[in-house]
Amino acid sequence: MQLLHDAWLIFLKDVRQEFKTRYSVNAILLFALVTLVAVSFSIGTFNAGSDIKSALLWIIIFFSAMSGLSHIFVREEDKHTADTLKLVAQPTGIFLGKFLFNLVLLCLLEIITVPLFFAVMDFEIKGVSLFISVLILGSVGLSAGATMTAAIISKASAKGALFAVLSFPILLPVIIAGISGTKIAVQQTAISEASGELQMLFAYSVVVITAAILLFDFVWNE
Amino acid sequence: MELQIKNIGKDFAERRIFDDINFSLKSGQSAAIVGPNGSGKTTLAKIICGLIRPSRGEVIYRIENTPIPQQEIYHHVGLVGPYLELYEELTAMENMLFFARMQRVPNAEDKIISLLSQMNLAGREDDEVRTYSSGMRQRLKYAFALLTDPQVLILDEPTSNLDSDGIDRVYAIMTEQKKNKILLIATNDKMDLKYGDIQVAVTS
Amino acid sequence: MLNRIWQFGLLLWLSMVIIAAFLWTPLAEGLGEYTRILYFHVPAAWVTVLAFLIGAFYSVLYLVKRNILYDHLAESASQLGLIYCILATVTGSIWAKVSWGSFWNWDPRETSIFILLLIYAAYFALRSAIEHEDRKAALGAVYSIFAFVTVPFFVFIVPRVYATLHPDPLINTQAKINMDSSMLITFLSSLFGFTVLFLWMFKNKIILVKLKLKLRNLR
Repeated sequence: MQLLHDAWLIFLKDVRQEFKTRYSVNAILLFALVTLVAVSFSIGTFNAGSDIKSALLWIIIFFSAMSGLSHIFVREEDKHTADTLKLVAQPTGIFLGKFLFNLVLLCLLEIITVPLFFAVMDFEIKGVSLFISVLILGSVGLSAGATMTAAIISKASAKGALFAVLSFPILLPVIIAGISGTKIAVQQTAISEASGELQMLFAYSVVVITAAILLFDFVWNE
Repeated sequence: MELQIKNIGKDFAERRIFDDINFSLKSGQSAAIVGPNGSGKTTLAKIICGLIRPSRGEVIYRIENTPIPQQEIYHHVGLVGPYLELYEELTAMENMLFFARMQRVPNAEDKIISLLSQMNLAGREDDEVRTYSSGMRQRLKYAFALLTDPQVLILDEPTSNLDSDGIDRVYAIMTEQKKNKILLIATNDKMDLKYGDIQVAVTS
Repeated sequence: MLNRIWQFGLLLWLSMVIIAAFLWTPLAEGLGEYTRILYFHVPAAWVTVLAFLIGAFYSVLYLVKRNILYDHLAESASQLGLIYCILATVTGSIWAKVSWGSFWNWDPRETSIFILLLIYAAYFALRSAIEHEDRKAALGAVYSIFAFVTVPFFVFIVPRVYATLHPDPLINTQAKINMDSSMLITFLSSLFGFTVLFLWMFKNKIILVKLKLKLRNLR
């Protein structure tokens, strides 16, 4: 399919660029580590309950995402390559390629930060596969919503805080479901225990990706 | 190929940039878009290649009298302009391969090598674009625009940043394009203007 | 002339609602005088949602027709929506304090109205960060619609997670199962009055917007 082919090419191009500059990866990892250190240090020897730890994990993930996931579009605008890209690709392929990039970036962040979080915060959960399902579905949702918002703010002038301000209301369902699912995973091992959360995350991802594809044209083309 | 510009007008909020632009070009014809700085030459160029939507009017591309749908226009257009940049962190070859594959150019590598040599960039294809001088970047932009042998070639400020060798190469491209395809130039340079069969004035 | 009739009609209607709310209706058990908030808080929340829907509707219309008028209408609806949202949040918070002891509890409905507030704020922040009018309209419209699409998920997931302190729609606090008929009449009248008030304000905004556009086209 032409669309997927385009998306894949764009994804590879972005990966190649990222590999050479490591800008987003550095931003997002450093932010996560700094936040983790801050959290761990602030809590100190106090034994925070698993509810609080579940929430903290997702806060770190969300804000790290905010620090790094907008770059994929903002860079195209700042470097004036957006018009060039417009001349060779269809909007949907562009969105999918960039969504994939953000998803991979977010997963990379989680592979490093989540185990670190578990270790440093002394966080134990029984339902590991349940947790991982929540994490993966949640990441898909976060990436989809964040990629769309990134596209929107990349066309605005004062981009800084705008990304988090616009993303937060949209991503909140994912954060809540993520935290809730994580809390459940602390005690339960069966995936069915968090079926509500998982179903919601799945439906959210489907709806958001579809809405984004339908609306992206209006954002991308003038 | 026929390119028809019909009643094109563009406003930005309350300011009318231009209105009532009408002209038509067939293969083998060329036009020069002229006007004082800031009059909207670039805006018109962008409208013609589909980057910007006009406030009024239409741009119609026809092959043998059948209009081409909006989404496919970009297959047939090549654009060179100062606002169009290539990916700095990637090498010229990586850039060109990406754009060639996106546009399904057959025999991409051979085509790219020949274009790069045509633009006097042979041997520099593995250097990152970030290391290129402004003249080299301009020449690379031509290689990019010509990847698909576009039926319509739009050149905005064709000779900016170029030394006399670069300018000669560009004039060669323009002459070649004029033979059996469509060429549009947006410029105020008196030498460039000669390559336009007709002149379209953009005034506010 | 017609506008004047609307104006006075509304004034009369809403005055009657206020009088009824304060003098005519009985009090719900346990809430005392604070019951009266019901007649203003719920309609305000309802109008907020209505305004949100209207904003999303005009946003879609703008993207399809590209007529800047629709963008102005979407913005106007959102401006009014923001005002009503603030009202609903504040009255809700007061009610929460007197009913359950604290101003804010992250109860699902409280959170929903707050999220709407965040979406409105984000919408206006986005618009103010873009100078180019067409782009402002298009991006604002896309964000409105996109946010609209995510709201139902929010309404679904939160009640699963946080037990609700919120009374059932028909003031199901303590012993009462249904509203007393006088309460019901006053409540519905208030709902009607608020809706008409919003529509009247919106209509006047439309007139203002059209005049501005006409003025601009004359220049």
